[in-house]
Amino acid sequence: MDKFETFTGIAAPLPIINVDTDMIIPKQFLKTIKRTGLGVNLFDEMRYDDNGNEIPDFVLNQPAYRDAEILISGENFGCGSSREHAPWAIKDFGIRTIVAPSYADIFHNNCFKNGILPIVLPQDQVDVLMKDAEKGQNARMTVDLEAQTITSSDGEVFHFEIDSFRKHCLLNGLDDIALTLEKVSAIDSFEAQAGQARPWV
Amino acid sequence: MSPKTLYDKIWDAHLVDTAEDGTSLLYIDRHLVHEVTSPQAFEGLRLAGRKVRAPEKTIAVPDHNVPTTADRVNGITNEESRIQVEALDTNAKEFGVHYYPVSDVRQGIVHIIGPENGWTLPGMTIVCGDSHTATHGAFGALAHGIGTSEVEHVLATQTLIQSKSKNMKVEITGQLAPGVTAKDITLSIIGKTGTAGGTGYVIEYCGEAIRSLSMEGRMTVCNMAIEGGARAGLIAPDETTFEYIKGRPHAPKGAQWEAAMEWWKTLYSDDDAHWDKVVTIRGEDIAPVVTWGTSPEDVLPIDAVVPAPEDFEGGKVQGAKRALEYMGLTPGQRLQDIEIDTVFIGSCTNGRIEDLRAAAKILKGKKIKPGLRAMVVPGSGLVRAQAEEEGLAQIFQDAGFEWRLAGCSMCLAMNPDQLAPGERCAATSNRNFEGRQGRGGRTHLMSPQMAAAAAITGRLTDVREMMTPEPEPA
Repeated sequence: MDKFETFTGIAAPLPIINVDTDMIIPKQFLKTIKRTGLGVNLFDEMRYDDNGNEIPDFVLNQPAYRDAEILISGENFGCGSSREHAPWAIKDFGIRTIVAPSYADIFHNNCFKNGILPIVLPQDQVDVLMKDAEKGQNARMTVDLEAQTITSSDGEVFHFEIDSFRKHCLLNGLDDIALTLEKVSAIDSFEAQAGQARPWV
Repeated sequence: MSPKTLYDKIWDAHLVDTAEDGTSLLYIDRHLVHEVTSPQAFEGLRLAGRKVRAPEKTIAVPDHNVPTTADRVNGITNEESRIQVEALDTNAKEFGVHYYPVSDVRQGIVHIIGPENGWTLPGMTIVCGDSHTATHGAFGALAHGIGTSEVEHVLATQTLIQSKSKNMKVEITGQLAPGVTAKDITLSIIGKTGTAGGTGYVIEYCGEAIRSLSMEGRMTVCNMAIEGGARAGLIAPDETTFEYIKGRPHAPKGAQWEAAMEWWKTLYSDDDAHWDKVVTIRGEDIAPVVTWGTSPEDVLPIDAVVPAPEDFEGGKVQGAKRALEYMGLTPGQRLQDIEIDTVFIGSCTNGRIEDLRAAAKILKGKKIKPGLRAMVVPGSGLVRAQAEEEGLAQIFQDAGFEWRLAGCSMCLAMNPDQLAPGERCAATSNRNFEGRQGRGGRTHLMSPQMAAAAAITGRLTDVREMMTPEPEPA
């Protein structure tokens, strides 16, 4: 996984609550056996009409937001299925940070596994950033994970909280499996002891 | 010893390691795998030269993509679906995990076949790359959905990196009124707490109304814990649970059964355990419900009317406006006047034998409204066989339902079973999101009984009106 470094990018406003994983990447795109190539179908049913033509009003189709790297949205973002295709599509489009008041649990988890930073801020602060994002190409915000801040295009700084282990993994681009395999002897001994205590498992 | 919840007890029994910041490594007893969320995980193992650490604890089955029509014996026509199912065939063989191929009578929806074959047992940790893994919580197991990266992690290490959730108790007191089901319980809870009400929590469902449910009903309740935002939902095991498990192919036997029972009987929340959140609902207050919008929290009793956006607050005002437009509904319209085109009975929420019995009871001797498309998709090949033996299949077919083979089918419409734009469906599944059952399709969630009633009248219908003899609808 790539290291998560400080960046400045365009933020796109998506003021919808309960953005679900079916919206982010509809099921017809889950048939892939790869992790890449899903960006073109991100928000497919909101982004394209029945003939596959772009719907000009949709935020990511507007010229100002085609290169957005940050998405500002409503509460309970990413609810629904466990499909990791949702963060894969987001990442493949080029979005590296999401800002919302809250996320669904599995989606939130999946973001970290893919180098995406899901920032949680209180609703009133999200509202400020949402307004800022409406400035289009001028809505360039800076995300600094080390300092745990996102800075609006006006220079207003918002501090966010993040789990220290997840922060460490994102900053260093660490692979979870390799980290866990360092503890293989603990897994071995747990397995041996649990096998004694609960042999029917 | 300090008092613990059931979740605390299962968590503690599976803790391999805890770091200073509280990040824990949890041992996984059962890993269920399906074709959609696993190909990238197996590919990851292959690229890194890793093996599946515990293939004997890993169970794979194709369910999401598989066609449910009889011609599937000739192979899957859709090329992408076929490739995904073939990838699972290959991966299961190469990595040596338990496998139920499409041709196996035991094939079915992963959350139905796990319990059915005795893989799901109390006190276990169970994961699957599928959010409805919460279903297995009905057995007093800690079961939840994971992403594909985590699938790879569990395949490689048999553990999961987790931070502990908070404890939430949802108590359903008293008894349910006639016509009210487990589905109405679980939808009513989400209607009350919202789709994010459980975020950050593991829910334990308890109370007399929950205790009175069969295992099938308990699975329906736990299945939708995820729609309420919770990581998992569980119910403490009791005699109903043990009775269900006993004799299943992979359940413990003989001395091991006795040993297991000894532990299983300790799996309950202590009286003075700490709860971070408590929700109580009177069973008597729950009515047969349907959803009107595009979020599972958009729940109302069947005798209510379509709400107006102004009835809500905050972001939900816009949400409701968008939902009403998508669903083609007008505020003030009676829910019972909403006409439907399609009825879907099935899914991991309501595709078990008891669900089919309940629907068949309403449909017996009746016909579906002419012009309606109605299908029953049993949750597994074994459910299908049992329903045929009990004569349920005949009742459905006589009524005008299509009698399908097992799979996820129109719950998420990855296979050919889909709604056309604007089509409206009475569904026993779990999600009414925009486009869930097909682009532009409109979904109303409800119980199997309510879906059967809707099939007869061609509109959303109060099943209670059909439970007493009444003239045939026009």
